[in-house]
Amino acid sequence: MNDSSTEADTEKLVSMNIDQDIPHEQTVEEIVASLGDTVGQTRVDNPKMSCTDVNVFYADKQAIFGVDLDIADNEVISMIGPSGCGKSTLLRCLNRMNDTIPICKVTGDLTLDGENIYGKNTDPVLLRARVGMVFQKPNPFPKSIYENVAYGPRLHGLSRNKADLDDIVVTSLKKAGIYNEVKDRLDQPGTGLSGGQQQRLCIARTIACSPEVILMDEPCSALDPIATAKIEELIDELRENYSIAIVTHSMQQAARVSQRTAYFHLGKLVEVGGTDDIFTNPKHELTENYITGRFG
Amino acid sequence: MNDQRNTTEIVQASIKRRYAKEKRFRLYGLIAIISSLAFLAMLITTITIRGLPAFTQNFIQLDITLDQKTLGLGDEPDISALRKANYNGTIKNSLLAEFPDVTKRKDKKLLYKLVSKGGQYDLQKKVMADPELIGESMTVWLPVGDDVHTYLKGDVDITLPEKKRRFKDIQVGWIDSLQENGQIAKRFNKTFFESGDSREPELAGIRGALFGSMLTLVVTLALSFPVAVAAALYLEEFAPKNRWTDLIEVNINNLAAVPSIVFGLLGLAVFINFFHLPRSAPLVGGLVLSLMTLPTIIISSRAALKSVPPSIRDAALGLGASNLQVVFHHVLPLAMPGILTGTIIGMAQALGETAPLLMIGMVAFIVDVPTAITDPATVLPVQIFQWADLPEKGFVEKTSAAIMVLLAFLIVMNALAVYLRKKFERKW
Ligand SMILES: Nc1ncnc2c1ncn2[C@@H]1O[C@H](COP(=O)(O)OP(=O)(O)OP(=O)(O)O)[C@@H](O)[C@H]1O
Ligand SMILES: [Mg+2]
Repeated sequence: MNDSSTEADTEKLVSMNIDQDIPHEQTVEEIVASLGDTVGQTRVDNPKMSCTDVNVFYADKQAIFGVDLDIADNEVISMIGPSGCGKSTLLRCLNRMNDTIPICKVTGDLTLDGENIYGKNTDPVLLRARVGMVFQKPNPFPKSIYENVAYGPRLHGLSRNKADLDDIVVTSLKKAGIYNEVKDRLDQPGTGLSGGQQQRLCIARTIACSPEVILMDEPCSALDPIATAKIEELIDELRENYSIAIVTHSMQQAARVSQRTAYFHLGKLVEVGGTDDIFTNPKHELTENYITGRFG
Repeated sequence: MNDQRNTTEIVQASIKRRYAKEKRFRLYGLIAIISSLAFLAMLITTITIRGLPAFTQNFIQLDITLDQKTLGLGDEPDISALRKANYNGTIKNSLLAEFPDVTKRKDKKLLYKLVSKGGQYDLQKKVMADPELIGESMTVWLPVGDDVHTYLKGDVDITLPEKKRRFKDIQVGWIDSLQENGQIAKRFNKTFFESGDSREPELAGIRGALFGSMLTLVVTLALSFPVAVAAALYLEEFAPKNRWTDLIEVNINNLAAVPSIVFGLLGLAVFINFFHLPRSAPLVGGLVLSLMTLPTIIISSRAALKSVPPSIRDAALGLGASNLQVVFHHVLPLAMPGILTGTIIGMAQALGETAPLLMIGMVAFIVDVPTAITDPATVLPVQIFQWADLPEKGFVEKTSAAIMVLLAFLIVMNALAVYLRKKFERKW
């Protein structure tokens, strides 16, 4: 528990913020340094994943500055913040999707069940089976609906025979709340579904690998309100079995689906806390500006 | 309000010009397409008109007596005796029997020219297949000589003074009388598709060059496709991006621009002089041509791989697929149509290539049809080049016919590629 948010800190920050209005070019590093320590409880009692002093660099450019954050068991944590503040970057660190970007360098400790996920013994392939990801744009494979869901289990050898696999596919589709819509056309292309259906198919595909954590990067940004509502409902149900981290630009969505909320600014975790607290009583001025819509 | 009306007026004034511009542009496009189609039609019709006669051949009907004396055979001839027998003599005899009033030596010589040298091979084949025929008389159809073929085609101007043409008046008389008796017939020219090259135009066939081209292309495809796809996959998906890979990339692009004859020189120096591979063989031709097609396939494969959307890679990686699995399960199948297009372009280039093959001796006069990649062979474009160079009139139509065969080969190859691409190309 190393958070040190005191009244004094907050006051200092407020004054710093006023400084920003003076036409004096500040570098990102200066602004970040001026933001001070994270406000609120970064640690939880039952962490599933935890980040300690995580920094991420794209070549020479730093995108994440010393983030400490826990993701608890069976919770939904939402990450909010203005565009370009590093939400996706942090999320992609959690299942090492950043490994695919050669210029991306991650420092600090990231653990899953207490095990360092950037350690020498951790295999990113295994990690990604345990920490699944749903992307902003629905990206089903250009294969049949069945094949889309069956791909993960087949890859990891999760099924012993065809009946087993069928079972996994059907359960996953049911859990993702799309089974009734597609049960008659499992052999048809997954790309032929509507956007919302595609996204739920992608969620089913992720669930089929039975991960422990699901990362979602703006999963509803391409969807209409009805499809969004369905996915939010789904997220709520999934919480029983999984830990979920979701990046979103919609305050309402964050308020509806998550138990905890983390607010990022310019690569720095500014404030984190219970969702209700954050939305009703933000402690940091930047958080308040953001959620009241005065900023970002 | 006033302002708005102004804008509308200005836009309206310019809109006419815009439409006119578009119309003009469309017209240019149409003209371009029509003119290129016209050129294509011109090319194809001239080649077809010139080449078509090569697909038919005229035959003379003769009564032949295969008597032992003329053939020069004993009572119990063995195979080699049968092969060497004087079939030509029997043909000459039957021609003399047909036109008994020919007595002068000079005229006889002209008479013998009515039947092609291929006639004796036809007889030889018949007798070897069935030696019982010896001593019998029979009616056979034998191919006409080169000059007769030209005459029957209407290419001999008989109004010219006799001295100025190869085909003499007396021959014209014979042919006309044969035609009256229905002893001349036009048939499909099987020889053209069944035999290799020859010095006699009526005996020359395309089969040798066709098989040579096929064997060469098989070698080229077998070598360049896997190597190029593997290289493209490695460079695009696995190789680190650094100065070395940049250097390799630049070199591959340069290689694609190297004149093909340089590859021929390389093949001569390396494969023939250093590795002592056989000269004139499809194996060496294929090796040289695959060097030439490699960069083409690599470049187009890389473009195809690059065009696979990154979201598919992310999806597969996010599910826990390894890099190799991502590539082989998702990226490669999606890139396949593009890779195949590149391959077919490369193969079409290889099919039409002559220069590098001249360097490695695939230009020799080869009569036998090749059956293995180490047999001496020639290829279609080289064959065309050679025939185009020969003085005999009969080779003019052979040249065009060979071009038609080459084009047909190309069309078949492209059709195959289109079929394969359709098969791999899942629209979803
Ligand atoms: N592949 C990359 N190469 C270089 N810089 C990158 C790369 N990806 C992200 N960045 C930079 O890192 C910073 C954080 O980007 P990130 O995508 O994490 O933002 P985000 O919070 O997800 O924004 P958004 O809400 O718009 O999705 C940005 O300044 C961005 O320019
Ligand atoms: Mg993002």
